[in-house]
Amino acid sequence: MGAEPTLSTRINDEELEFTAIGSWTTAHADALELLVDAAAAQASDVRNMAINMAMVGELDTLGAWLLERLLRNSSKQGRQVRFVGLPDHYRGLLDEVHRVNRQAPALPEKKNSLLVGLEILGRGAVDVKVDLVVFLEMVAALSIAIARMLIHPRNFRLTSTVYHLYRVGWQAVPIILLITFLIGCIISQQGFFHFRKFGADAYVVDMVGILVLRELGVLIVSIMVAGRSGSAYTAELGSMKMREEIDALRTMGLDPVEVLLLPRVIALVIALPVLAFLGSMAALYGGELVAWLYGGMSPSIFIARLREAISVTHFEVGMIKAPFMALVIGIVACSEGLRVKGSAESLGLRTTTSVVKSIFLVIVLDGVFAIFFASIGM
Amino acid sequence: MDSSADEMAIRVRDLLVGFGDQIVLDHLSLDVRRGEILGLVGASGGGKSVLLRTIIGLIPKQRGRIEVMGMDLDTAERWDARAIARRWGILFQQGALFSSLTVRQNVQFPMRENLHLSDALMDELATAKLEMVGISPNDGNKFPAELSGGMTKRVALARALALDPEILFLDEPTSGLDPIAAGDFDTLIKTLQQTLGLTVFMVTHDLDSLHTDCDRIAVLADGKIVVVGPIATVLASDHPWVKSYFQGKRARVLARAPN
Repeated sequence: MGAEPTLSTRINDEELEFTAIGSWTTAHADALELLVDAAAAQASDVRNMAINMAMVGELDTLGAWLLERLLRNSSKQGRQVRFVGLPDHYRGLLDEVHRVNRQAPALPEKKNSLLVGLEILGRGAVDVKVDLVVFLEMVAALSIAIARMLIHPRNFRLTSTVYHLYRVGWQAVPIILLITFLIGCIISQQGFFHFRKFGADAYVVDMVGILVLRELGVLIVSIMVAGRSGSAYTAELGSMKMREEIDALRTMGLDPVEVLLLPRVIALVIALPVLAFLGSMAALYGGELVAWLYGGMSPSIFIARLREAISVTHFEVGMIKAPFMALVIGIVACSEGLRVKGSAESLGLRTTTSVVKSIFLVIVLDGVFAIFFASIGM
Repeated sequence: MDSSADEMAIRVRDLLVGFGDQIVLDHLSLDVRRGEILGLVGASGGGKSVLLRTIIGLIPKQRGRIEVMGMDLDTAERWDARAIARRWGILFQQGALFSSLTVRQNVQFPMRENLHLSDALMDELATAKLEMVGISPNDGNKFPAELSGGMTKRVALARALALDPEILFLDEPTSGLDPIAAGDFDTLIKTLQQTLGLTVFMVTHDLDSLHTDCDRIAVLADGKIVVVGPIATVLASDHPWVKSYFQGKRARVLARAPN
């Protein structure tokens, strides 16, 4: 560690002599800065200045820079300054720091906060447009890839598609079943609790059936898939982009859309309807179980009521929506993944954006479908 | 403390490191003296980086002892181990800059975490270190993603030097640099080593660096150090790998060129 550094002062013949003693190294950084600042204040009313280095035990860039700064500030104020008794092996280091910090680095200019606010607003508006363009570009790129695949079916990446189907479909089954089952239980319980007050217990079955088959089954599953698989797609593609893997593919004459994106999106489009179906069944089962245990409605009555309450149309409405939800999730996840830039922060940002945006779009799409089905009387 | 231990910056004894069944370092011993530049060479995939990473504690060892600055990191208290980490600087092969911080913030990071300095002084020191490694102060506000490979290396060196370490670990510092930049880099390392009394442990393949920079060279082959010493000793070695490395076509061209 070395001895504590000190800086003693002595005046001889109009010259202020500083004697630096001890170890002027980073280990004593805190003390050194205070020492040198105090010395700079003392030096204000002398003409000449010298720094005696003969007693310095250790010196590193921090110490050297502090001394250099002291000298530099003094000579700026018109004083004669010099080093005395400088050991040879420190000369190189002092020469080195003598060269640096000659020009102040450009500081980012300060901006009016009102203008900054307006700029953020404006950029936000432009970003919406950029988002839309990116989304449409991805739709176009996928359409072209699909068209090409239809012309040359042999180029279709079956292995990759099956692998992704396994990941986003099969591996997601347990958690999807569990969550939709619980949602079914909750709806049923709440239904009995409130409907019982005005003797409408029997209509709980209608509510559970219609709600689950038309809306909740597919919506909950889509949101789950967006969070589970959409984020994974974005993060995977993003880190491939960061490590130049996507550029490597392109230079080998392969189309990343065809190799990477299409199998992922197709896997999602196949998996989501299946998951939505399984999820709906699990929710109905949960509803039935609660109706039996909590509402006192036997399963056979529940099923009979269900048969009266719902038609195949309700089921169709739910299932028709599923592939479109999958498409939206897939397109958003892939396009966000390809927008990742070099930094780890941008990977995180894009993954978050991907999940938030796809959940938002899934809900908007659900609303659009609700209007559409209502107007065609389904 | 006896003088021999005091002279050694790094002492590695009987080190055994492997992954699964594969043994990478097989009872390896190596000393690095204080204030010297030691160059470590060896075949690609031969365990040079593994040795470096084991010394700095990133890879667990199966057996053996490693002492850095006379301290065994296995038995050291957490606090002492952290103090040792402040006394070494590491330049990773890919730079390993923090991608969410600017160049200047990257260099300031170790200072900010370990010292209590004013912001103004930290700015000046960061700029000083950057200029010493040849980065213009105006590039200080850039992010690592905006830098070229050579600039990344230099910024990473500036960060490794941020706390004025006593030991500098360099993992292939000049790979990916043009010969002029690599030469500057060598000179810089040499200057720093002379002025700061730095100990440098350098993994390298750059024959130029080995000739001009290194006080001693250690050759790693078959998981062991087969020869260690000044360049003349290494050149005189009979080990077949060492022979083909230093007397291959590329090495002969360099040897003939006036230095």
